[in-house]
Amino acid sequence: MHSSITIVGASLAGVRAAEALRSEGFEGVIKLIGDEAHVPYDRPPLSKSFLEGAMTSERLSLLTKEKITELELQIRTGSKASKLDIDSQTFEIEGEVEGFDALVIATGARARKLPNTEKIKGIHTLRSLDDSIEIRDSFKSGNPKVVVVGGGFIGCEVAATASAFGIEVTIVESQDVPLSHVLGEEAGRVISKLHTDNGVQLKCGVEVQEFKGENQVEGVLLKDGTLLEADVVIVGIGATPNTEWLEDSGLTIENGVCCDQTCLAAPNIVAAGDVARWDHRGYGKSIRLEHWDNAAEQGKHAALRLLQKDSEALPYAPIPWFWSDQFDRKIQLAGISSPGDDFEVIVDSPEEGRYTAIYGNEGRLKAVLGINRPRHVMQFKSLMEEEASWKEALDFAKGIG
Amino acid sequence: MRVVVDFDLCESNAICMQIAPDIFEVRDDDFLYVLDETPSEDRRSNLEESVQRCPKQAISIEE
Repeated sequence: MHSSITIVGASLAGVRAAEALRSEGFEGVIKLIGDEAHVPYDRPPLSKSFLEGAMTSERLSLLTKEKITELELQIRTGSKASKLDIDSQTFEIEGEVEGFDALVIATGARARKLPNTEKIKGIHTLRSLDDSIEIRDSFKSGNPKVVVVGGGFIGCEVAATASAFGIEVTIVESQDVPLSHVLGEEAGRVISKLHTDNGVQLKCGVEVQEFKGENQVEGVLLKDGTLLEADVVIVGIGATPNTEWLEDSGLTIENGVCCDQTCLAAPNIVAAGDVARWDHRGYGKSIRLEHWDNAAEQGKHAALRLLQKDSEALPYAPIPWFWSDQFDRKIQLAGISSPGDDFEVIVDSPEEGRYTAIYGNEGRLKAVLGINRPRHVMQFKSLMEEEASWKEALDFAKGIG
Repeated sequence: MRVVVDFDLCESNAICMQIAPDIFEVRDDDFLYVLDETPSEDRRSNLEESVQRCPKQAISIEE
């Protein structure tokens, strides 16, 4: 049994790892190390209710002082780990070498940036509490023109929030239909329409040529020659896993820390959350997810893996699930859809703002999308967990459509 | 134990319904209904999982 467990990364996966260790009865030392100055906090509201101003930063907190005491956590914030070495079981922190018995890697991912934008004021990415505060302040100053680069979920959420402020906002998306790589074109169009109906401008199938403005952004020039005026730009073009500190560590890094089916990356080392790529037994391939629910569940699974013998370790093979809140709609996707999937719309009620669709492949149910239909999403998610066939899913759909 | 839902926080994500369908139900009106406010002790682990996996942290257990 390990006498201490070190968790690097103090966000959701790291916190849930710590909680799981204590509820499993681990009595050793737990160190939780994070590079942000804040105590661990929850990120989903940063593009939604917190950005809107409807929520305080205290409410975002994942760990109260009482909880930290109760869990007997040794927390170190504002400290960045580097240079992991798995042979010596050490890493560096603030210039000093630190050893560990067992390690949870939960360093997450960071927002991808566009090149040469660091020095231009008014161009943001959204990942941290500080990012959200900056963007919120800029939304409140005057009546800014906002351009969102990237029509993914973060971009769509920020655009929806901005438009709720009464702000003029344009989404620039390089695909012809936003979210079509995740949801397919037909469902992507449903989300697009939600945005245009609410006054968001969409510029699709075109990329950014350059930003105008020396020190402060003034506009966004697109490759088709369109010039969009902009006082605030939010770039939402995906995330990169934070694995730089693991280079030359001895671990395999391929767009994430590679782990086996049980989340083990090397003896005594596990990974969880946005940084982890693991062999998902159900999908027969390695995947990496950037979902809230996965960070929570994988944090727990990976931490408990450290307490188990190899022979008793269980594979981690959940049906992925996430949600996105845009305007008054709750959009949820369970499973993984792929281009070319069979696609069946079960409910399409524009007047109620409700929509359910399922995705299938190779005779199996693969994913479900719900807009304001959480009940259906969970019902089909359960079917996926039972490995339901496409036909069984269609039969089930007849009873609820 | 007693199940307590803060309905000001609840957004009907329905993840609790999937974990413990005998305790939670999100109905066709999109609202969450607690079917069993005082579940028996053998439901504790599912209930605790519902508490943890609620994205809004809207569920708690009173002893």
